Amino acid sequence: MIYNKEIEQMNVTQMQEIQLKRLKDLVKRVYEKVPFYKKKFDESGVKPEDIKTLADISKLPFTTKNEMRETFPYGLLSSPLDDIVEIHTSSGTTGTPVVAGYTENDRTLWSEVMARCLAMAGADKTDTIQNAYGYGLFTGGLGVHHGAGPLGAAVIPISSGNTQKQLQYMQDFKSTVLTCTPSYSLFMAEVASESGLDFRNFDLKAGIFGAEPWSDNMRVEIEKKLNLKAYDIYGLTEIIGPGVSCECQEQNGLHINEDFFYPEIIDAETGEVLPEGEKGELVFTTLSREGTPLIRYRTRDITWLFRDKCSCGRTTIKMHRLLGRNDDMLIIKGVNVFPSQIENILMKIENTEPHYQIIIDRESTQLDNVELQVEVEENFFSDETKDLEIVKNRIHDEMKQQLGISLNIKLVEPKTIERSMGKAKRVIDKRDLKAGEK
Amino acid sequence: MKVKQISVFLENTTGRLAEVTKTIANAGINLRAISIADTADFGILRIIVDKPDEGMKVLKEADFTAKITDVIGIILDDQPGGLMKVMDIFNRDGVNIEYLYSSLINEKESVVIIFKVEDIDHGLKIVEKSGLEAISSF
Repeated sequence: MIYNKEIEQMNVTQMQEIQLKRLKDLVKRVYEKVPFYKKKFDESGVKPEDIKTLADISKLPFTTKNEMRETFPYGLLSSPLDDIVEIHTSSGTTGTPVVAGYTENDRTLWSEVMARCLAMAGADKTDTIQNAYGYGLFTGGLGVHHGAGPLGAAVIPISSGNTQKQLQYMQDFKSTVLTCTPSYSLFMAEVASESGLDFRNFDLKAGIFGAEPWSDNMRVEIEKKLNLKAYDIYGLTEIIGPGVSCECQEQNGLHINEDFFYPEIIDAETGEVLPEGEKGELVFTTLSREGTPLIRYRTRDITWLFRDKCSCGRTTIKMHRLLGRNDDMLIIKGVNVFPSQIENILMKIENTEPHYQIIIDRESTQLDNVELQVEVEENFFSDETKDLEIVKNRIHDEMKQQLGISLNIKLVEPKTIERSMGKAKRVIDKRDLKAGEK
Repeated sequence: MKVKQISVFLENTTGRLAEVTKTIANAGINLRAISIADTADFGILRIIVDKPDEGMKVLKEADFTAKITDVIGIILDDQPGGLMKVMDIFNRDGVNIEYLYSSLINEKESVVIIFKVEDIDHGLKIVEKSGLEAISSF
C-alpha cells in the first residue's frame, strides 16, 4: 500500500516545483527568524532572493553537527518556544547534545513520513506493530509511535529490552510488524531459540530496522531467523528522527521523503554537489520543518542517490543503504559514540591522557560487544588488586552513565595497544557491516 | 626497617611472568620473595629483590608498569604458632594487614614473612614495641 499516492507517485517535475517553493519559503523564514542563519548567509554573501532554482541551493552554506551543539539549546529555533510541542536530543553525546524541537506541524509531518515508511514495509491499519525501539529522548520509539497513528495500526509501545516479555507479547498480541534495531532483533531470535520458541509459529511478517548500520548478510540472517521480511529505515534526530527514508518491498534502496527532506550528495572534501549515482556525503535540507529547520545539514553518512522505475510504483528518489561515515563516529548498540568522548571520560578518571583501544565485535551474541582496553599507567597502578578493580569499575560506570552503553573494560599492559605512525589505532571494528553488499 | 617491594602489572596471558623473570635475571638481580594476586583478567606480581632500585629500572625499561611499595618483613620462628604470635600482636594493636606472603629466605630456625599493612609507620612501631624482629634488607 502507498500511504500518500499523490506525493509518493508524483512526477519529478511536479516534485521539484514543490521542493523549490518550500525551499524559497524556508530560506526566507530562517533568514528572518534565526540570527544564526542570517549571520551565516551574510557571511557567504547570499540573500534569500538568490534562490531562484533548486540548483541554487548550492549557494547556501552547510550546517554541521558542531554548529548545532554551539547553538544549544534553542539557537536554531525558527518558531517561538511556545509553539514547540516536543523536544528530542541525539543519543549518546557527552557534554552538549544536539536538540530537535518540533512544532505541532513538525509532529504532523513526522507522523506522515513515518506512516509512509511503515506502509513501504507493507504495514496498514490491520497490523499490530510491536515497537521495540527505545521510548524517550531517542527519536526511535516515539517516531514509530507517531507514524502508527495516521496509519491506523495498533502500536504496542513496549520500548526496548525485557526480551522474554517481548517474545511473550509477540505471541499474545499476535504482533505482525516488529520495529527495533537490527542487532536487537537477532538477540530476540537467540533468546527465542534458547526458550525453544520457533518464529514460524509467530505472526510477524515485517521488521523495520534502523538506528545502526547493518549489512545485507545480516538481513539474510534476520529474515531467516525471525521468519519475516526485513526493511532498512533511515533517519537522524537532527532531521526529524526515523522517517527520512525507508525501503519498500523491493528492498533495493530507501525511498526518501523528498518533499520534506531535500537530499544532496557532496564531495566531503570540496563541498561540491555530486550528480546522481555518485558516492559521497549525504546532505539534507528540511524543507518544511518549523521547530529546528536545517539548511544543508551534513550527515557524515556516505551513500549515493538514484531514481529508478521502482516496482512498488513510488517515484521518489532513493538512497543506497549506508556505506559508512566520513568521520570517526561509531554506532554502538544504536548509540552514537565518538572516540574523543571515551578519551575525555578516561582523562577525567585518570588525570592523564590514557592509551586505550575500542574493540567492537558482533559475532557471537549478535549484540554489539564492545571491549575498551585501557593501558595501566603508573599514576593509577597499585600493588593491590582491589584498587585496580575500583578503577575498572569506575571506568565502566562513567562510560555507562555518560555514553549510555555498557562496555567491557579490560586493563592491559603498557604498549600492548598497537601504535601506528606514532599514533595509536583507537578503534578496531570487527563488525562486518558491509558484508553481502550488492 | 621498611622493605621495598616491586609490584608489576601483568595481563593474564601466557609468557608474561616468564618475561619478568627473564628481565630480572638478565640484570643479575636475585629474587628474595615472590607472590601473585590474580583476578579474572589481570594479575599483580609482587616481588622482593636484592637490588630493588635496579630491579625497577630494568622493568621500566622493558615497558612494564611497576611501582615500589614499602612492606615489612618479619622474622618468625619456624615452628607451630610462629605466625600466630605476630597475628595476635597485630590484632591486639590494630595493625590492619592488606596482604602477606612468605619469602624465599628460610634459615634453620626462622622464616621471613612479608606483610603489607594499611599504616606502615604504625605497623613498624608495633613491631618494635612488641619485640618482633623486622628485616631491613635482603
